[in-house]
Amino acid sequence: MARNSGFREATGDLRLESVTKSFGDFTAVDDLDLVVPRGSFFALLGPSGCGKTTTLRMVAGLEQPTAGKVLIGDTEITGSRPYERPVNTVFQSYALFPHLTIRDNVAFGPKRRGDKNALALADETLALVQVDHLAARKPAQLSGGQQQRVALARALVNRPEVLLLDEPLGALDLKLRRQLQVELKRIQTEVGLTFIHVTHDQEEAMTMADTVAVMNHGRIEQMGHPADLYDLPRTSFVANFVGRSNLGTGRVVDRDGDSLVAEVQGTKVKVPLARANATDGTVMFGVRPEKVRVLRRPPEGTGDDVKGTVLDVSFTGVATEYLVRLPSGTIWSCYEQNLDVDPIDLRPGDDVWIAWNHAHAFTVPADEAEAQAAAEATA
Amino acid sequence: MSALAHAGPAGGAPAGDTPPQERQGRSWLPYLLLVPGALWLLVFFVVPLVQLFSVSLQSQFPGYPGYYYRDVNFSNYLSALTDFAPQFGRSLLFAGLATFFAFCLAYPLAYAMAFKAGRWRNIMLIAVIAPFFTSFILRTVAWRQILADEGPVASTLNALHLLPGGHITETWAAVVAGLTYNFLPFMVLPIYASLERADHRVIEAGGDLYANGFTTFRTVTLPMSMPGVLAGTLLTFIPAAGDYVNADLLGADNTKMVGNVIESQFFKVLGGFPVAAALSFTLMALILAMVFVYVRRFGTEELV
Repeated sequence: MARNSGFREATGDLRLESVTKSFGDFTAVDDLDLVVPRGSFFALLGPSGCGKTTTLRMVAGLEQPTAGKVLIGDTEITGSRPYERPVNTVFQSYALFPHLTIRDNVAFGPKRRGDKNALALADETLALVQVDHLAARKPAQLSGGQQQRVALARALVNRPEVLLLDEPLGALDLKLRRQLQVELKRIQTEVGLTFIHVTHDQEEAMTMADTVAVMNHGRIEQMGHPADLYDLPRTSFVANFVGRSNLGTGRVVDRDGDSLVAEVQGTKVKVPLARANATDGTVMFGVRPEKVRVLRRPPEGTGDDVKGTVLDVSFTGVATEYLVRLPSGTIWSCYEQNLDVDPIDLRPGDDVWIAWNHAHAFTVPADEAEAQAAAEATA
Repeated sequence: MSALAHAGPAGGAPAGDTPPQERQGRSWLPYLLLVPGALWLLVFFVVPLVQLFSVSLQSQFPGYPGYYYRDVNFSNYLSALTDFAPQFGRSLLFAGLATFFAFCLAYPLAYAMAFKAGRWRNIMLIAVIAPFFTSFILRTVAWRQILADEGPVASTLNALHLLPGGHITETWAAVVAGLTYNFLPFMVLPIYASLERADHRVIEAGGDLYANGFTTFRTVTLPMSMPGVLAGTLLTFIPAAGDYVNADLLGADNTKMVGNVIESQFFKVLGGFPVAAALSFTLMALILAMVFVYVRRFGTEELV
């Protein structure tokens, strides 16, 4: 059997143009524009129900968009069937064919495309994911981690233009997940295919992807390199979904050179203009916990500081987390690396000063509800 | 009923006993729970089977029709196989045809119920099961009415000159139709169960891996439902091969099956007991052998 008559050969970047998907009244994906450069490892990150899996299924052809276009390079693939697309999926539940051996599972795609070397190709790909010794077994005889590798091999063997991974590591334990994250990245680098990885685990997205798009309510909140996303979140949702942030709602009151001055719960704070994503009226001011220092005495220096009371101390080995209650009632979290021989011995109830370099501060548009939702989604 | 009376107290005793005894009884309690069922099987299956086997080897008292003595006489088997070979052949053929037609009808129905029915699914399930509320005999008699010469089916076909013999009843077609109808639910339900249980993502994966709708069905959906197909064909073929009601009510003399012969040897022919028993045993052995080969060839690890 030759290739399906409807098969669409296409190479290039994956592009989604104003893609919308509605299920009845519910809009799962809302006017989404997205370009995934060819050969990149791209992560769609978001809480459950944010539309990331629906987006993936529209690229795979398992769902058709209500409006908009999906293209690979210049070839439009909207409306084509899954088997007509140069796209393969690694399903969340692996979805291996239970009645076929591992080798036949992997050879399934190449066989459908009429490849005479299907079995050799399958063995080669099984070796790439290091499960070639299991080729003769049935899926039910494999562990979760092994099934995951087979599912990856079954998609990889086709050398698709775009490979989709739908929470592929979700069902595995933490240690195995870390190990497979590294491996997945290695394989992607080795084969050079476009990988689109859907996950709700921000650490997973950050460790593997070249570009992360944070999705919420069917839209992309922010997209960029993981380090940039973490360093300068542009919305309160991203600030709390990608890592955690100490956030406070305040008002912009002044400008001071290339900084913005805001009054947050009775304290004046400075934010570099370049890091201000909201510059007028009510804003949310934020600093990452590890950028905040806890001091016994008022600091001398150029940073901003506030006096507070230690509420809780938790020692985690590498670092200690302090929860500090500020006079306004807000609770800030501060990570201190345990670098010194004599650690600062603080107990709940002690008075402390928390300080930060204002070059690390940022502002985002005020939206406490979303900040809260993000914090709960990652909890 | 005596078996029940014995089994009841034996099986029920530990449950009503005091905790210490129950703890002590942990290891043999499961075996005790097996006792009622085992007794039932022993009294109503093993004993009659042994009895039947011994009858099949009996010889007749010469000159006293209807009287037998214990013997090891395999000539009953010989006459069972030689005299009634056509009926054996018909039984297997009709049961095979009925199984085939039931499969052809049941698979699309089960598929529709599992994947396409939506909110109609339960109504369809009830429709499949509903005939069981009526007696098997009554339903077969009803089919005699439906297929009768002046009935709607035969008269329509006759009007169109599509019925060479002029009537449907008393032909093999009526018998096969009756068998197909009567055992259809036994084919539908296991197939439905295995399709309904199939992971939809696995079927989606077929499409994702370059198989079009038909290829996905052939290479993924159908193989995944094989346990159901296997169970359904067994549940249809085995009782159909031993059935005599359909051949009796819908057929004629030239459509008699083994079941009819056994029935008439037992009840209508004086001195037919040993031959009837030999026929029963032969049929059982034949079906067992065929099922064994079939399951070895098409079987999966599990049935449904």
